Amino acid sequence: MIIDTTTVQAINSFSRLKSLNEVYGILWMLVPIFTLVLGITIGILVIVWLEREISAGIQQRIGPEYAGPFGVLQALADGTKLLFKENLFPSRGDTRLFSIGPSIAVISTLLSYSVIPFGYHFVLADLNIGVFLWIAISSIAPVGLLMSGYGSNNKYSFLGGLRAAAQSISYEIPLTLCVLSISLLSNSSSTVDIVEAQSKYGFGGWNLWRQPIGFIIFLISSLAECERLPFDLPEAEEELVAGYQTEYSGIKFGLFYVASYLNLLVSSLFVTVLYLGGWNISIPYISVPEFFDFEINKVGRVFGTTMGILITLVKTYLFLFIPITTRWTLPRLRMDQLLNLGWKFLLPISLGNLLLTTSSQLFSL
Amino acid sequence: MFLLYEYDIFWAFLIISSVIPILAFLISGLLSPIRKGPEKLSSYESGIEPMGDAWLQFRIRYYMFALVFVVFDVETVFLYPWAMSFDVLGVPVFIEALIFVLILIVGLVYAWRKGALEWS
Repeated sequence: MIIDTTTVQAINSFSRLKSLNEVYGILWMLVPIFTLVLGITIGILVIVWLEREISAGIQQRIGPEYAGPFGVLQALADGTKLLFKENLFPSRGDTRLFSIGPSIAVISTLLSYSVIPFGYHFVLADLNIGVFLWIAISSIAPVGLLMSGYGSNNKYSFLGGLRAAAQSISYEIPLTLCVLSISLLSNSSSTVDIVEAQSKYGFGGWNLWRQPIGFIIFLISSLAECERLPFDLPEAEEELVAGYQTEYSGIKFGLFYVASYLNLLVSSLFVTVLYLGGWNISIPYISVPEFFDFEINKVGRVFGTTMGILITLVKTYLFLFIPITTRWTLPRLRMDQLLNLGWKFLLPISLGNLLLTTSSQLFSL
Repeated sequence: MFLLYEYDIFWAFLIISSVIPILAFLISGLLSPIRKGPEKLSSYESGIEPMGDAWLQFRIRYYMFALVFVVFDVETVFLYPWAMSFDVLGVPVFIEALIFVLILIVGLVYAWRKGALEWS
């Protein structure tokens, strides 16, 4: 009898462990996702603050200083204000398209964060297709713009949405071809592999030196994708009071605002990962003391991962100075100049860059 | 698709990031005031009364850009597998891929000369 009860108890405890295992598995998946979302939120706060401070510095005025210490919580204050504003639906506008448009813009940009590595095993989804996932999902964003323009029941919003979508798709192809050249150099699309391939010679191993033309094309194309100056014709049309964001108020407008900064942050993170060496220290031939030798003890691993995250973020935010100062330096491009630049200048050059890269890889084989 | 376990976390991320705009709309629906008025519901047209219907015929040039985009996007999708296995494929495959890209460059030049890329 005693043996029976102990075996029954053992079987019971095994079954409880199994269901706990599944719950544990689901929780283990949710914790990184929430950590990443929290990290992205803080990153957006920092990027908004940085943009406002740099813009203020360039324009010789003081930036935000009231919301939080040094004005750091300004983005949070703006978002909270927008939450309290009235959500206007245009009459006879398509309600579903009107709401789904900004949501798609946010979701497609947010999904690209899952392939960005902050350390060797510190990426949300180490997929084989890596950067291609970003390229593919960011192509969904123009659909959101078209939905917003069409669902607003406004001629000018409709035209603005079409123009914004035309701009967005025109710069996708040079972007894709540049990323293709990088994948060719690293023989893999996985972002972890691309960063690992840049880790050999420290500072000199960056893809920036192996793909200088590709870097410039990537810079221009990602600025155009994010609709930032000098390519912010959709936003400028809004200053002229037209464009796909005209009929939006309240939090839907806030979603467009957030989507714009999310796009900027993910583009800068990808510049760091693809061209600037990712999480490596990049000081050549640095020798770490034995205590910090990674993989051996737990403290070393934690230290290594923290250093990786810090280095990625430092590189990204130092790079961000370039788009932000470009915004206040260069004049805005007209629509036909913009499309000419995308199709007639960047596309042939990026194709040439691809062929150059493949030829040089052939010679080194 | 459910056998690709490495995408599990991607699906979970997709669901959670879809929840974020829904959450924003819900909170805003609770907190924001609703004071309807006839002027608020009319669409914006630089301060004047909106004239005509909102859905107008759009020019053909938007379609031309989208068409050329589709052609070149499919080309890049086909180039990705070639670039991934580039080191094991060697020179003959490079020549073939070069011919593929050259055919599409001929297509680009044709579209350029025919005026499909003009915004006029």
